[in-house]
Amino acid sequence: MIPPGTNPPVATPFFFYLLAATMIIGGILVITRKNAVHSAMALITALLAQAGLYLMLYAPFVAGVQIILYAGGIMVLFLFVIMLINLERNMKERQFNKQWLVGIAAAAALGGLFIAVYTTTTRGKALFPEGRMTYFESQNTQAIATLLFDRSAGQYMFAFEIASLLLLVAIIGAVVMAKKRI
Amino acid sequence: MGELIDYIQNYLKSNQTPGAAGNFFWATVYILLVFGGLSVAVIAMNWLERKILAHMQVRLGPMRVGPHGLLQPIADAIKLLLKEDIIPAEADKIVFWIAPFIVVLAAFTVFVVVPFGPTHAITDMNIGILFMLGVSSLSVLGIVTAGWASNSHYPLIGALRSSAQMVSYEVAMGLAVVSVIMMTSLQTGTGTLSMIGIVQAQLSQGEWFIFKFFPLGLIGFFIFAIAMVAETNRAPFDLPEAESELTAGFHTEYSGFRWSLFFLAEYSAMIAVSSIAVTLWLGGWLRPFPNLLNGATWDLVFSLIPGLTFLFFAAICFFNTARMPKHPLFKIQTMGLAGFGAVLGLIGLLMFIPPVRDRVGDIFWFSAKVAGFMYLYIWYRGTFPRYRFDQLMKVGWKILLPMGLALLVLTAAVAMRTELWAELQGALRP
Repeated sequence: MIPPGTNPPVATPFFFYLLAATMIIGGILVITRKNAVHSAMALITALLAQAGLYLMLYAPFVAGVQIILYAGGIMVLFLFVIMLINLERNMKERQFNKQWLVGIAAAAALGGLFIAVYTTTTRGKALFPEGRMTYFESQNTQAIATLLFDRSAGQYMFAFEIASLLLLVAIIGAVVMAKKRI
Repeated sequence: MGELIDYIQNYLKSNQTPGAAGNFFWATVYILLVFGGLSVAVIAMNWLERKILAHMQVRLGPMRVGPHGLLQPIADAIKLLLKEDIIPAEADKIVFWIAPFIVVLAAFTVFVVVPFGPTHAITDMNIGILFMLGVSSLSVLGIVTAGWASNSHYPLIGALRSSAQMVSYEVAMGLAVVSVIMMTSLQTGTGTLSMIGIVQAQLSQGEWFIFKFFPLGLIGFFIFAIAMVAETNRAPFDLPEAESELTAGFHTEYSGFRWSLFFLAEYSAMIAVSSIAVTLWLGGWLRPFPNLLNGATWDLVFSLIPGLTFLFFAAICFFNTARMPKHPLFKIQTMGLAGFGAVLGLIGLLMFIPPVRDRVGDIFWFSAKVAGFMYLYIWYRGTFPRYRFDQLMKVGWKILLPMGLALLVLTAAVAMRTELWAELQGALRP
């Protein structure tokens, strides 16, 4: 019987590289596939791998919300819309947005930014730190609730409510645009 | 050999799920047990659905293969495996191939957190209920892609219907679930999303959540019970596969083994959502009447019920063995039915042995409650006519969603009442 606490950690380099590779391959497939449904499915794979990365960071709640909202909710609506479009014609059409130069420039700038941040924050440290503070899995959800709603420690209540208000505005706007008479 | 027995005994003494203990061996055993049990349950459900529906419509149902058609599901399975596997010429081959696997994976993965007992779960996650809702919502992706990849009109319409329906009812379902999660925080101050934690909260509060804050718990349960039928695409919400309008909906173009994967996924998804309802509202593995009929005597009586149930089934088998036609052609069938009864009776007698009795009681009560929901599913199918699509959307968005929101606010208000009252009195007193 292995006592709790001495389990081999989940956050091993193997899993990190596996999930990261899945995400990158999924991301590349999203922009290279001509068929929009294939792109959407590649995007779902990338989002699920991202949920796995959240799990590795000991944030199970964020991972669960990622699966429910992005993979289960938003991507279903994506597919729903894509199916209503006539794909056959779109696939035969010649792509006319030749903006690969701008795209490469933007990607290089973003990559440079990431590398700069990474090198300044991890100077003199190993890629995978040997020991770091790990949170108990059972506290993650409660910790998020405390950060959001607690009377003394809650810092993000206002931002959270504003974000939900924005979403409400979007919902009402969509209903008004879609249905003139309710 | 001795070491192995010691190992098993050590495990039985511990009161942890194999996932929480990090025990790979027992986790694998549990996964195999759950997978096997689920497959048997789906087969049994197939037979029961046909039989019960038939009896509701004053028919006999399957009678030919085996006594009272008991071997009919096996015959069906063999037929499906031997059928030609057709992929339409114009279909999107990869997506067509992947879709059934997405549905099956989503339907089976959720059983990782289903608590059949305090120690009888593959693992216990801190985000258990969130995990179940999230992964089961992935199955709609499989349905949508299956309908699209078939490149045919009926499947596409079925897929569009199912995605609209499942996304709509997920909202109401989520609201009903949140009201229960709020109830788990009542005495301790911190709620929990863990499936085992939710049942333990009902145990410590001495009340199943269906009776909590009467009638609020009951309303939440009803919202969930309606939404879960819509989520699993079953009658009266079976528009995605309405056979009179769309031949078979999203799986019209599927045949053979791939079709049977959809079948398997549909039934295991039904079991999965039923076990969510049982865990959240009906006290999970807890036995009925814990307050009214308590004490050691009643505990003993209730622990005998699993064995007695199996003996009852065995008695039904023997009764029907006696009623079988006395023609020589029915000789093998009669013997088979008697043998089946004997096996059931043996299982029932095994369940009277005290150590087995203690370990099996919780699994029995959980399964019995889930079986009740399965019967309800069949009953709905035999009773209600199918909804029209606009009626379906109206029920989802204009009735269940506002009810869910009101329920959430009311539950929060009632739960806060005592606390606020105490605070108010404290403020007025000085």
